[in-house]
Amino acid sequence: MAGAGSVAPEPIIRLRGVTKTYGDGPTAFQALKGVDLDIARGDFVAVMGPSGSGKSTTMNILGCLDVPTGGEFLFKDVHVETLDRDQRALLRRKYLGFVFQGFNLLSRTSALENVELPLLYRGDDKKVRRERGMAALEKVGLDKWWDHTPAELSGGQQQRVAIARAIVTAPDVLLADEPTGNLDSERSVEIMKLLTDLNRNSGITVLMVTHEPDMAAFAHTVVHFKDGLVERIDQNHRQGEAV
Amino acid sequence: MLFTTFTLAVRSIRRHLLRSFLTILGIVIGVAAVVTMVTLGQATTAAVQQQIASLGTNILQVRPGQGFGRGGGGPRPPDFEQADVDAVREQIGGVTAVAPQAQSTATAIYNGANWSTTINGTTNAYFQVQPWNLTGGRTFSRAEEEAGKAVCIIGNTVRTNLFRDTDAIGKRMRVNNISCDVIGTLETRGQAGFGGDQDDIVIMPIKTVQRRLTGNRDIRLMLVGIDADYDSAQVQDQLSTLLRERRRIEPGAEDNFNIFDTAQISATLTGTTTLLTSIVTAVAAISLVVGGIGIMNIMLVSVTERTREIGIRLAIGAVAREVLLQFLVEAIVLSMLGGLVGLVIGQIAIALLAPVMQVPWIFVPQINLIAFAISAVIGVVFGFFPARRAAALNPIDALRHE
Repeated sequence: MAGAGSVAPEPIIRLRGVTKTYGDGPTAFQALKGVDLDIARGDFVAVMGPSGSGKSTTMNILGCLDVPTGGEFLFKDVHVETLDRDQRALLRRKYLGFVFQGFNLLSRTSALENVELPLLYRGDDKKVRRERGMAALEKVGLDKWWDHTPAELSGGQQQRVAIARAIVTAPDVLLADEPTGNLDSERSVEIMKLLTDLNRNSGITVLMVTHEPDMAAFAHTVVHFKDGLVERIDQNHRQGEAV
Repeated sequence: MLFTTFTLAVRSIRRHLLRSFLTILGIVIGVAAVVTMVTLGQATTAAVQQQIASLGTNILQVRPGQGFGRGGGGPRPPDFEQADVDAVREQIGGVTAVAPQAQSTATAIYNGANWSTTINGTTNAYFQVQPWNLTGGRTFSRAEEEAGKAVCIIGNTVRTNLFRDTDAIGKRMRVNNISCDVIGTLETRGQAGFGGDQDDIVIMPIKTVQRRLTGNRDIRLMLVGIDADYDSAQVQDQLSTLLRERRRIEPGAEDNFNIFDTAQISATLTGTTTLLTSIVTAVAAISLVVGGIGIMNIMLVSVTERTREIGIRLAIGAVAREVLLQFLVEAIVLSMLGGLVGLVIGQIAIALLAPVMQVPWIFVPQINLIAFAISAVIGVVFGFFPARRAAALNPIDALRHE
């Protein structure tokens, strides 16, 4: 769908004046001070910024795990800030995939069962789960490892299983929170290539938090956060040269 | 959704076998204890009732002396006479038969085998007042009773010890120095309620025993059969009045005989065993509740330990209700599994203990069902709190949990 340099203009995510305050009274801490951000469908966005800049808070809100204190968050034209807990859970189930720094796979559970988990919540039957789960594992190149538990897989493999789990439901948006933070540079590049491939060939919008400029170089858009605000947005026209 | 949750719960239990086993241990023990106690209690009650029924339910046992023992000092109260027996039979309404008894011990000898046993002298009324059938032969004839002939009816223990597998009827055995014809054999009655083998007995006409073994005409026990249509308490009153009169007891003085109502003992003993069963069952039930608390404890620990897992599930899109249901179903499946294992162990314990306690093996479906149902309810009750805690977790915090 979206190739390098030809990002569709239609925004899938809109943040308008989003604020987030933790606590109240004199100890209140304002993590976000009015963030405006559009993310186009099919974009590959890297979110950067120092600790405490508000990037994690933003990601939590974008992932529908948290709600803004003020402002508007439109996801596919739905006002997420008005949704309750369960409605947001259903939104995540249907449209979002998550990849975490710490992989967050269920231990003592085979790769396939981990990947099948979101389908289980969606209510797919066993046959469908098996087919889709294996297809997702094949996409990340781990179909031969389907019956291995996380303890039997390397870090890079675990992260690929986590990516398979995130994409098994064919989500619109993949949220990756420092996906390469626990990996060496070689494995990191593999993961980034995989994300780039998913973005280009499966049309998944990728949102990635990272500290490393090397990893951000894979993204098309780089959003810099500072002090609870978007500092600047760079378009990376040389995206993918690292690939 | 329920099936999905069930799948998840079973997976989680399978993944943590040791923890699951430890979780259900309390329920296993509780259910096994309740089932075993109730079943053995009912078996004991049944055994007691059966033993009392074998004595005959509508019988008054009348003995000289007060109460069970011959307590206190003073002269020994006189035994009964044949005239007492006749008076009871003829003067009290509702009495079907009166069997007098004179007892002695003697050695029975046949063909080189000898056996020390109880000799019971009585009349044919003995077989009327209580249910005890012959397996072969006949009871006494009128002529044998009146003449005090040396004839005997033998219990099964005596028969097997003296005659082995051969037919005893028509044989002549020796009882001390009496040579006596075996005219009948009795069916097996089994152990008496309070020790003693009821089949270890030789029954002879009372006159024979009085003349040739005890050497007096005393009657030590009367078995008084009562018509089922009559009130046994009323018959007892009349009997007591008659005997006081005949034994010339002053008004106000205590009886020097006692009347023992088997129906009353039956009720008392049944009441006692039922009470004991209830107490033991209550203790077992407490252990079941403790088992439930065990489940709650481990589930709570498990929720904390699995915070991250819950975070993953929530992030992936599980709604709170699904997480709640998963933990609840896990608790219910676990406790029902514990209940099932407990039932099996309970049955094994009953099969092992029943012979040791000399009670019949019985299967009580109700208590098995109830215990199993309770284990399921415990799963719901004690699983709910941890499940609610799991469902209330915030996904962001849960994912950060180390």
